[in-house]
Amino acid sequence: MPNNDYIPVRSTIQEIIRHTPHEWTFRMTYDDALSVKPSQFFEISLPKYGESPISVSGIAPGLLDFTIRKIGHVTNELFNYTEGESLYIRGPYGNGFDLEQYKGKELVIVAGGTGVSPVRGVIEYFADHMEETRGVHVIAGFRDVNEILFRADFAKWRKVMDVTMTLDTGEPTEEYGIGLVTKYIPDLKVEDPANAEAIVAGPPVMIKFAAKALAETGFPETHMWVDESRKMCCGLGKCGHCRVNDTYICKDGPVFNYATVKQLSD
Amino acid sequence: MGFLLSTQAVNDFLRTLSQTHRVVAPVRFEGGGAFTGTDCVRYAEITDITQVVFDEKSRFSFKELLLPPSQTLFYFTEDSITEPVPEAKPTVIFLRSCDLHAVKRLDEIYCGGGKPDYYYEQRRAGVKFVLMGCKEAFDSCFCVDMGTNVSDNYDLSIEPDGDGWRLDCKDANWEAPLRALGGTEADVVPAHVTETKTRVSIPENLDFSVAKSKMWDEYDKRCIACGRCNFSCPTCTCFTMQDLFYQDNPKTGERRRVLASCMVDGFADMAGGATYRKKYGERMRYKVLHKVYDFKKRSGFHMCVGCGRCDDVCPEYISFSHIVNRLGDAMKEVSENAE
Repeated sequence: MPNNDYIPVRSTIQEIIRHTPHEWTFRMTYDDALSVKPSQFFEISLPKYGESPISVSGIAPGLLDFTIRKIGHVTNELFNYTEGESLYIRGPYGNGFDLEQYKGKELVIVAGGTGVSPVRGVIEYFADHMEETRGVHVIAGFRDVNEILFRADFAKWRKVMDVTMTLDTGEPTEEYGIGLVTKYIPDLKVEDPANAEAIVAGPPVMIKFAAKALAETGFPETHMWVDESRKMCCGLGKCGHCRVNDTYICKDGPVFNYATVKQLSD
Repeated sequence: MGFLLSTQAVNDFLRTLSQTHRVVAPVRFEGGGAFTGTDCVRYAEITDITQVVFDEKSRFSFKELLLPPSQTLFYFTEDSITEPVPEAKPTVIFLRSCDLHAVKRLDEIYCGGGKPDYYYEQRRAGVKFVLMGCKEAFDSCFCVDMGTNVSDNYDLSIEPDGDGWRLDCKDANWEAPLRALGGTEADVVPAHVTETKTRVSIPENLDFSVAKSKMWDEYDKRCIACGRCNFSCPTCTCFTMQDLFYQDNPKTGERRRVLASCMVDGFADMAGGATYRKKYGERMRYKVLHKVYDFKKRSGFHMCVGCGRCDDVCPEYISFSHIVNRLGDAMKEVSENAE
């Protein structure tokens, strides 16, 4: 059935990584996985339950990762699925992160909670290609010790790049500190903030204050990139739910330059 | 090519047409109105030209013919997905000039700037438009100010003329059958209005800062978020996905897309409880600015076509045209406050 964007394709769950009781990564088969960019999204489609827009959290030959929180009608059902079962997906949608934008520069990535998912693909790429960057600094925040995602990945990334993990509450350890992500932004050892790039992903409030803190350390707003999310029923710029002013988050985004997106208002 | 035809002749033409097309027009449903003893004018198939209601505006627009309020995208079983069989006959739609301009909006939204929407394109292909001439405007119309009072991209125009009908044909395939009906050939220019009782003016300096105006707060209470304005609007096209399954066999069902309304609760809800525009006044601002500001920024022309249906159907007597006319003062208010 060519041309019909609404017909989903079958995809098999190859592996489920259970980060927390309600946040799992589903590793799914997808033939053309390498053409997908980090933060592009798919509609995860469970006939009878509906569809959920979920961003890609990992890309490998023939495989895509979707890190999903059990939080609604579709995702509640999805958590009944096990390895080997198959479901439907359609996509990819949205612009995704353009890796070329960040190559040869210093890069700061600030992410909170499931906001780590859309940027994980970017971090993974540079972790494997450190020669293509002048330095990567990651600040990731989670609510508490039970909410940490991608723990093994962070341990791996820490070996090649500057990684800071922080929890909202708890006792600090060698692995993580305590406090909001914004607390760590002034201490970033970025050599040339005016020419560096920053990616911010997470809850809207976190994005706002992280961007403010980055601006105070000398980052121009035009060098900050944020990952937006809204209700998206189609992913094609038709259903209207994700429209903000004259912008469709699904089609024009979800990755926006901060200077542009801060002009938008719901 | 213009014609003056009798009712009998027009009906003969409709009969021929209905062999290859589904002919739909605004028709009176007696007792079908919202209140006891009131009628509803809405779209239905016709076989006789006298069924077409010319002296009243249809409550709902033609849009449901291109975008059904509930449309099946596919049927599913445990291991298969099947598309529905498309309508066999293309549609002939009777509509007024404002609505013909609305078609341009729908085409832009569903087919403009990229890949056309599969289901919209399927229904849109082969559709013919019959322009219903407007001799005078209805009370709430403001097509002249929106620039939608004249249309020339119709296949056929028709309007009553004494006991008969005046038609102008632009479709080469229809000329011969019309000529064969034995009417009089004449130069026919479809009637159109040049002035309306309701006037609107959209301020030149309108921008998003108008969101800060206090005028929107008024609609927090007055609006009841029923969505009638969206559902009656010929250019409101938002939809939501809906899955349903059959009671007798829950493993099979269908996925539909159903009309959505940005005024109704749930439109911007995300899983987990986050939402936008909780206040009804904010929703009003979101809708109004899309119609007369945001859409034009993206597409180059206004979304609103001035049909006035939203004003006709609002149970709270909120007038969209009045809101548009308030935007000038609102801009003044906002810029004064900014100084």
